[in-house]
Amino acid sequence: MTSEQPSEKRPQPAVSKEAKGGARDRPDWANGLKRLYDSVVEEDLPDSFKDLLSQLDTKD
Amino acid sequence: MGAEKRTASEKADFKRELTEVVPHLRAFARGLCGRADMADDLVQETLLKAWAAQERFQPGTSMRAWTFVILRNAYLTDMRRNRFRGEYDETVAERVLTAPAGQEEPIHLSDMHRALLTLPPERREALLLVGAGGFSYEEAANICGCAVGTIKSRVGRARSALNTMLAEGSIPKRSIDDDTAHRAILEELDDVAAGQGVAARS
Repeated sequence: MTSEQPSEKRPQPAVSKEAKGGARDRPDWANGLKRLYDSVVEEDLPDSFKDLLSQLDTKD
Repeated sequence: MGAEKRTASEKADFKRELTEVVPHLRAFARGLCGRADMADDLVQETLLKAWAAQERFQPGTSMRAWTFVILRNAYLTDMRRNRFRGEYDETVAERVLTAPAGQEEPIHLSDMHRALLTLPPERREALLLVGAGGFSYEEAANICGCAVGTIKSRVGRARSALNTMLAEGSIPKRSIDDDTAHRAILEELDDVAAGQGVAARS
């Protein structure tokens, strides 16, 4: 799942920008938030989505 | 607006890019509405809307940002119709939020998820976009149709609210089911909707 778009960043934690303040700016839950998001990104796509995507071409 | 019909190859490109962002749409939607089934309904709605509006997409720009705007607007509309109430899905949370074996987990991730869902929607979405989705403040501001400073302030408030709730263990138990809280959320939505979707209109 790579994207060629230059504007499309890898899900790079924006947190890093603020990490200069030190560990206090990156509490434990920040990792949890990222993990929650990433765990959904990594799930297998349910068939309903595959079906919907394959039907798109017939909708014009 | 440049309403020429797309060629078959442009449509194929669009579809490929749209397919690639589906996992991200699902993650964003799940964070917004908290329930996997509703989140997936929202993503399906988003895909159909994106497909219908594909001539407004500028090739070379971020498909993820473009579709997030559509998803967000669909969410706000559905929220007004009372379809979502930031409900917390215990089963999904258990499955999704289980910490890797052996990893020190000072905070229960299910607590974190619950805390996230108690945030006002505009702070929740700002935190999701920046803290989980990896969008810059500028990109997040564009998606939400508001100023960069507004996003920074929402993210800051969301972070400090989570810090407080999680550090003190003071997560409101049922606040999202509470009528008063729900009314407050709907009022805040009016503010959010006021700046809705700059990127989508362009």
